[in-house]
Amino acid sequence: MTTTAIAPAAGATEPRPGRGLSARLHGAAGALRRSPRMLVGLIILLFFVLLAVFGPLFIHNPNALGTEVLGRPSAKYWLGTTQEGQNVLYQVIAATGPTLEVGFVAGGISTVLSLLIGVGGAFIGGISDEALNLFTNVILVIPVMPLVIVISAYVQAKSLLPTIIIIAFTGWAGTARVLRALALSMRSRDYILAARVSGERPWRIVVVELLPNMTAFIVSGFIFTVIFAILTQAGLAFLGLGNTNLLSWGNMLYWAQADQALTSGAWWWFAPPGLCIALLGTGLSLVNFGLDEVLNPRLRSVRPVGGRTKARRQAAGSP
Amino acid sequence: MSVLQVQDLTVDFAQRRGPKFRAVDHVSFELVAGETLALVGESGSGKSTIARALARLLRPTGGELLLHGRPVGHRGRKLRDYRREVQMVFQDPFASLNPAYTVGHHLRRPLRIYGHPRKGLEEVVEALLTSVNMVPATSFVSKFPHELSGGQRQRVAIARALATQPGVILADEPVSMLDVSIRLEILNLLDGLKRDRDLALLYITHDLATARYFSTQIMVMYRGEIVERGPADSVILRPAHPYTQLLEASVPGERTPHRLDELAPVRGAGGTNVILAAERAEATAATGCRFRRRCPHAMDVCSTHPVEQDLGDGHLVRCWLHDPKVREKSGDRAAPQQSAPSGA
Ligand SMILES: Nc1ncnc2c1ncn2[C@@H]1O[C@H](COP(=O)(O)OP(=O)(O)OP(=O)(O)O)[C@@H](O)[C@H]1O
Ligand code: SF4
Ligand SMILES: [Mg+2]
Repeated sequence: MTTTAIAPAAGATEPRPGRGLSARLHGAAGALRRSPRMLVGLIILLFFVLLAVFGPLFIHNPNALGTEVLGRPSAKYWLGTTQEGQNVLYQVIAATGPTLEVGFVAGGISTVLSLLIGVGGAFIGGISDEALNLFTNVILVIPVMPLVIVISAYVQAKSLLPTIIIIAFTGWAGTARVLRALALSMRSRDYILAARVSGERPWRIVVVELLPNMTAFIVSGFIFTVIFAILTQAGLAFLGLGNTNLLSWGNMLYWAQADQALTSGAWWWFAPPGLCIALLGTGLSLVNFGLDEVLNPRLRSVRPVGGRTKARRQAAGSP
Repeated sequence: MSVLQVQDLTVDFAQRRGPKFRAVDHVSFELVAGETLALVGESGSGKSTIARALARLLRPTGGELLLHGRPVGHRGRKLRDYRREVQMVFQDPFASLNPAYTVGHHLRRPLRIYGHPRKGLEEVVEALLTSVNMVPATSFVSKFPHELSGGQRQRVAIARALATQPGVILADEPVSMLDVSIRLEILNLLDGLKRDRDLALLYITHDLATARYFSTQIMVMYRGEIVERGPADSVILRPAHPYTQLLEASVPGERTPHRLDELAPVRGAGGTNVILAAERAEATAATGCRFRRRCPHAMDVCSTHPVEQDLGDGHLVRCWLHDPKVREKSGDRAAPQQSAPSGA
């Protein structure tokens, strides 16, 4: 594409969303054309979401034991089988939903926390802000992984929920700090002051005037925590913490490792869940990088008809 | 008729080190319906701080505001009533409109806040745009700030200020960020609106020429204090304070004014203002005339704080040169009128 060479969302120029719904959708479509990274990222995300929702309809019990043990990928078992003869493909598909659930629910909770604590603090100001900021910094310097490990070891998990909550409550601090700094700097912007002069109420100023201008940072923080949550869950599962009998890509890796898949060369067992994690992370990162291109209305504004070809011709150096 | 009276307005800022910094020191004036009051002074003299205090964006340390003769509340209903009456136009039209919203949003919000029903809202929005010469109005309503020129944005900002039908508009350097070619247009617009709507206008500027042309009264501010004030012509043609004289003489080869910001402050490393930094400490002490370090006429008596002298016709000056007793003592050689030492 000819127009975009934009730095990743965080730290780049202000994001600027807005407008009515239909126009917004229309704008989003145009924006996607401008941002191939965003498009690719969204396609990857969509693939996994569809896989999580509809995949289970097409498979049989992923935990059913089979007779073929540690079988290589074949026509019958596309991704081979495990030590217990389970279908790896079925397992990967069945694990998609829980894995996404961990990522998005933990990411969502921790984004809300960072908004409340970071932006809320910045706007209340005074002692409460100082206290919240101190709290944020304390959470930030506590080494998360050991903490999560310790907590997980104590909590007897029947579902993924405890893991989700632990991750959510440890993962918000970084984003909260960024959002607080941003809100502090934006609080004294002229358009916020102008809203105050207009008589706008404080909560409305935060929600209506301020937050839309932080969208790229909020979404970026959310995506960051989703990746963090999925990796943390995988890490915990790999260490055998949390309920390892539930299916997630991390738990698959744990069982592969526990059953010596690595040493016996059964790559088809650990490679698919590993690659899935990597691919999902890549997709999320691409969306993150593409955010600024999509949310910045200066890049989004109407292009003169035929402008692109003209620009290309000019770039090619024709007179 | 005085709309807004400002009495002994004082604003202190906490400094990281040292005592509080007094940005505005016992400033009193009043804004009169249908008149423009110009506030001039070099960078950092406290002009914006006054505007912000009047717009209730910061809480003054001391002093009182009287709106139509009544004291002004600090919160709730009373603050809203005040805000409705006193609106502000900011310096930078690129920063004062929310990039996430259309022109329409910026005009609808103040209308909705003060209870305008949804019905008929669009007509009022369009009327506002038309009143600031944004025609055809319908073509601008759904535009985003980044789709407008600087001048158009400032017109939107003015329209937003008008939306609450205020009696007072505070314009903090409303044209300094705009291209020279459209400055006069915007100033004429403000002037016309002032006349049509009987507004009281506070016009903050660096530009003495437009201050004289557009305003009834001029106040000259130095380090948080009003050092000279009076009818526009009188202040510009017969500047009495050495600082005002310096301002007017600051453009070489020109008798008449003069852009204040060309009185270039000395910039140190990292853009810190050397003179400001040095004088800031002094201004904090607040003893004697604040201008005496730069004043070519400084005398012993200047180490005590000068009182305001009336030169007649409402022309007031805060300088010992114009004190009758001092003039007597010094054999009346002082009090230079317009003897601006060019090149000082
Ligand atoms: N929030 C603040 N905290 C501390 N000091 C401040 C604050 N706002 C302004 N000041 C100081 O108060 C003084 C007056 O500032 P103000 O912005 O009113 O100047 P000004 O006359 O508007 O200057 P300019 O012409 O550059 O706009 C300056 O010395 C400034 O450093
Ligand atoms: S009071 Fe003294 S120092 Fe101050 S301006 Fe007048 S003559 Fe100069
Ligand atoms: Mg200013």
